Amino acid sequence: MDGKHLKRKDPFCVEISDFQRTAPMTELSAHLPQFQHGQLTENFPDNHLSNTQESMSSALFNTDQNDNSERRRHDNNERRRNDNPESETNGQPQNNIQQVVEQDEEEDEELTLKYGAKHVIMLFVPVTLCMVVVVATIKSVSFYTRKDGQLIYTPFTEETETVGQRALNSILNAAIMISVIIVMTILLVVLYKYRCYKVIHGWLIISSLLLLFFFSFIYLGEVFKTYNVAMDYITVALMIWNFGVVGMICIHWKGPLRLQQAYLIMISALMALVFIKYLPEWTAWLILAVISVYDLVAVLCPKGPLRMLVETAQERNETLFPALIYSSTMIWLVNMAEEDPEAQRKTSKNSTYDKQAPANQTQNEDDEADDGGFSQEWQQQRDNRIGPIESTPESRAAVQALPSNSQTSEDPEERGVKLGLGDFIFYSVLVGKASATASGDWNTTLACFVAILIGLCLTLLLLAIFKKALPALPISITFGLVFYFATDNLVQPFMDQLAFHQFYI
Amino acid sequence: MGAAVFFGCAGIAFGPALALVLLTVAAEPLRVIVLVAGAFFWLVSLLLASLIWFVSVHLSDREDAKLQYGLLVFGAAVSVLLQEVFRFAYFKLLKKADEGLATISEDGRSPISLRQMAYVSGLSFGIISGVFSVINILADSIGPGIVGIHGDSPYYFITSAFLTMALVLLHTFWGVIFFDACEKRRYWCLGLVVASHLLTSGLTFLNPWYEASLVPIFIITLCTGLWAFVTAGGSFHNVLKCLSCKQEDDSRVMMYSALQVPFED
Repeated sequence: MDGKHLKRKDPFCVEISDFQRTAPMTELSAHLPQFQHGQLTENFPDNHLSNTQESMSSALFNTDQNDNSERRRHDNNERRRNDNPESETNGQPQNNIQQVVEQDEEEDEELTLKYGAKHVIMLFVPVTLCMVVVVATIKSVSFYTRKDGQLIYTPFTEETETVGQRALNSILNAAIMISVIIVMTILLVVLYKYRCYKVIHGWLIISSLLLLFFFSFIYLGEVFKTYNVAMDYITVALMIWNFGVVGMICIHWKGPLRLQQAYLIMISALMALVFIKYLPEWTAWLILAVISVYDLVAVLCPKGPLRMLVETAQERNETLFPALIYSSTMIWLVNMAEEDPEAQRKTSKNSTYDKQAPANQTQNEDDEADDGGFSQEWQQQRDNRIGPIESTPESRAAVQALPSNSQTSEDPEERGVKLGLGDFIFYSVLVGKASATASGDWNTTLACFVAILIGLCLTLLLLAIFKKALPALPISITFGLVFYFATDNLVQPFMDQLAFHQFYI
Repeated sequence: MGAAVFFGCAGIAFGPALALVLLTVAAEPLRVIVLVAGAFFWLVSLLLASLIWFVSVHLSDREDAKLQYGLLVFGAAVSVLLQEVFRFAYFKLLKKADEGLATISEDGRSPISLRQMAYVSGLSFGIISGVFSVINILADSIGPGIVGIHGDSPYYFITSAFLTMALVLLHTFWGVIFFDACEKRRYWCLGLVVASHLLTSGLTFLNPWYEASLVPIFIITLCTGLWAFVTAGGSFHNVLKCLSCKQEDDSRVMMYSALQVPFED
């Protein structure tokens, strides 16, 4: 129990406090099977100009950061700071391991359920903000509700003579879109499996460039048009340049946590607006429904692409793509020696930090031969860069004796929850479409909003109970769709009649 | 018209609710969750009630105005009853959640008491009910138009705002009284709450005769408020103590045992 409270005094947090955020590729760690691990989902092409991967991921992560026990404090070696992304090469696995351990089941259960409320709010706020931005834009800027054509992924028009033809067209559109998504996801998994990291990075960077510069330029232009603001190109260029460059830095490299979260929310909103504009009505609802089914399948089935992606990432002890995941707290880069399968494979000594053999720990803590979870390759790299330095238990003890001036809070509530950006995007698409096309207008929008929040709450509750990666779309989208159609067709006439007579219920 | 009416009516309708939320609910995550879940329950009850109304309208003669009016009244009554049923269902759920939270917490106490949950759930019902009643009206009030040009009352917006405010407060009070009555199994209290809800809704049928509808509704609000205050443990003595801002000598002993302070209710 003490260990849990003391864990935040880990002096390695001193170094972490120097920078708010680490390099994206090393931030998210793939957790080991015992712990909550997350999965990423589909790859979502946004327009015909390029395939972007921005709206990947619709899964929920629960990271227990630094949920150490006391014995783990002794195990913490020097934290590796990966601030030069060029150290990644194709084929080289990243060795950033962030491991979490739950102490006893009972305390664990108490913690996850006790702190569940705070995490729910940590996700409510950004989801609400994203939806507010989208709805505010839809209501004020008419560009996003104007029909200006469709994406090439939805080639069939919905302006047909008969209802049957329209239904057929929308089903075909949805089928094409979903198959594109499936193909993209499988492509991503294949690229990841064969370690083509450069291709994936390039893909991510191109898509975030597109969103941060091009789409935000269009958005800004439309907002200026709506409010009739006179603006010159030089000012706009300056604004977009600054916005885009700071966004790229925050998302792909380091930046203040709040700024990064704000940028992720903004690009999710921009992406959602693109979908709302270019997807015709029936197609949009169908796609939402099918995507939540796909999400369920892809994340939970053993052969689902996203599950395979996460398992591969876990085997290699690598992080998944941070540019596509919203994280509610800072990620700590503490290399923990425990349960590193590579280390355990490579070294033939007893695993010092074996969870199943806590009896060994005290005598093995001074075991000089443990590599602390760093693989041989990493150690060679480190030796090449900064010279051979070996961390001994004495040096570790000395460092740990340093006072910690970490500015982070020390309570275990700092564990974070992660939500994929795809979830943000689809939630916002649902609410945005509801506000754009519903006859019930604000009633429908609010009903969908409440439904999505409740779905998110339930998903987080399931996450706390099952402690594995879960798809965040199905429950929310189902509730959202049910409430949309029910409110638009049933509640709206009723409330309309009541308001007409000024009756209150 | 325009922004002045919009902001004024929005302030009247949701001012107390916003203040209550900002001061008492927003800071605590658990209360926010109870708030949102309460809104969800109210929405489900409204959905069912509208379904019943919709089916009944479609099964009936559309041209008969009196019949449609009667069906609307019937729909409103069904909605009120369903709201109370779902309030009871929410009570059951919160009670279970309370027990669950108590068992898994460190000191055997749930982080939120049933009374707080009663208050927040009542507030949530009130807010969502008020929002659904008045938000489209507020949205229309921003735009151009003349109120009551066809002979209806020109005071539509302001009376709607006041009615909404009364409704929000009433739901809050009803929540407190209802949960307390369910806890203590005082079924006559339950019946009284349901009856007062029906009465309030019925009084709105007298609109636009606002003297007959608004004034009694506000009287009901005041009475229910006093009743809820007494139910929640308040008394004249408490109010005096609060107003006089006197620091009372704490005669309790602080126990310096393992991280425990005496249980404060």
